[in-house]
Amino acid sequence: MPFANSVNHEVKVELGRRYRFSASHRLHNASLSEAANHEIYGKCNNPHGHGHNYILEVTVSGSVDAATGMIANLADLDAFVERQVLNDYDHKSFNEDVPAFRNIVPTTENLCVDIFRRLKTFPAAKLERIRVEETGNNSFEYAGDQTEER
Amino acid sequence: MVLLTRKIEFSASHRYDNPNLSPEENRRVFGKCNNPHGHGHNYTLEVTVEGEPSPITGMVLDLKDLKELLDREIMQRMDHRNLNVEVPELAGKIPTCENIALVIWNLLEPKIPVGKLHRVRLYESADLFADCYRATASNGHAPSQKAGK
Repeated sequence: MPFANSVNHEVKVELGRRYRFSASHRLHNASLSEAANHEIYGKCNNPHGHGHNYILEVTVSGSVDAATGMIANLADLDAFVERQVLNDYDHKSFNEDVPAFRNIVPTTENLCVDIFRRLKTFPAAKLERIRVEETGNNSFEYAGDQTEER
Repeated sequence: MVLLTRKIEFSASHRYDNPNLSPEENRRVFGKCNNPHGHGHNYTLEVTVEGEPSPITGMVLDLKDLKELLDREIMQRMDHRNLNVEVPELAGKIPTCENIALVIWNLLEPKIPVGKLHRVRLYESADLFADCYRATASNGHAPSQKAGK
């Protein structure tokens, strides 16, 4: 029947959306010596920080609503990601401006964990995973772990 | 198991409109995608097949066969078409990225000559895509669930 729900349990459908934010960071662990920080983080330990144009890829899954053809309305997803992540991250210094990184080194691995926590409450679909490109050559993925409440 | 992916591009127009909803509701739900005269995209389709490389040819499947299958089933059906009116498989469905990817999965899945269809990824733009996988218990969508409706 047109525009009526007929769930296909044979196929899993996911929706992926990419967002951009630009931010600065410095990789530095205060509990290590200057020399150890320099050794571990190299030029990323530069005292005055540096920045990247990050790309965030968010993937959600769910059933495709027959009335809309959508897993989730993109306007809702966009507004949620904007509110939960981009408003706090874009054109900010992770070390100075984002409390989650006051005591955690803002590597892209740690960004992934923080972003996943911020997005896992998306009400309209299940958050499957996130992927962050720090540059075109480095990307990181996180799908939560078993201790992560979904 | 080895995964092999072939990419094709096609261009098509569509419009999001549910005749069961009022014009105001359609505009609210679908926004600019409800523009009465439609709009279009350059779609990029990635089709991934899983299988074991043949000890004789070293191939999971002959890329030429996959290319011909994609040309016959997808390009001829969707390229430079209006997805709402010219693709019967999308009749009665909103031609979203999710629904087009599902139609593509259903068209290709029974026709993969060697190996199995692993993933269909359809990009509507560089920043928006839909993925289809076979539902399994391990990806949280056990196919043994009975259809609710």
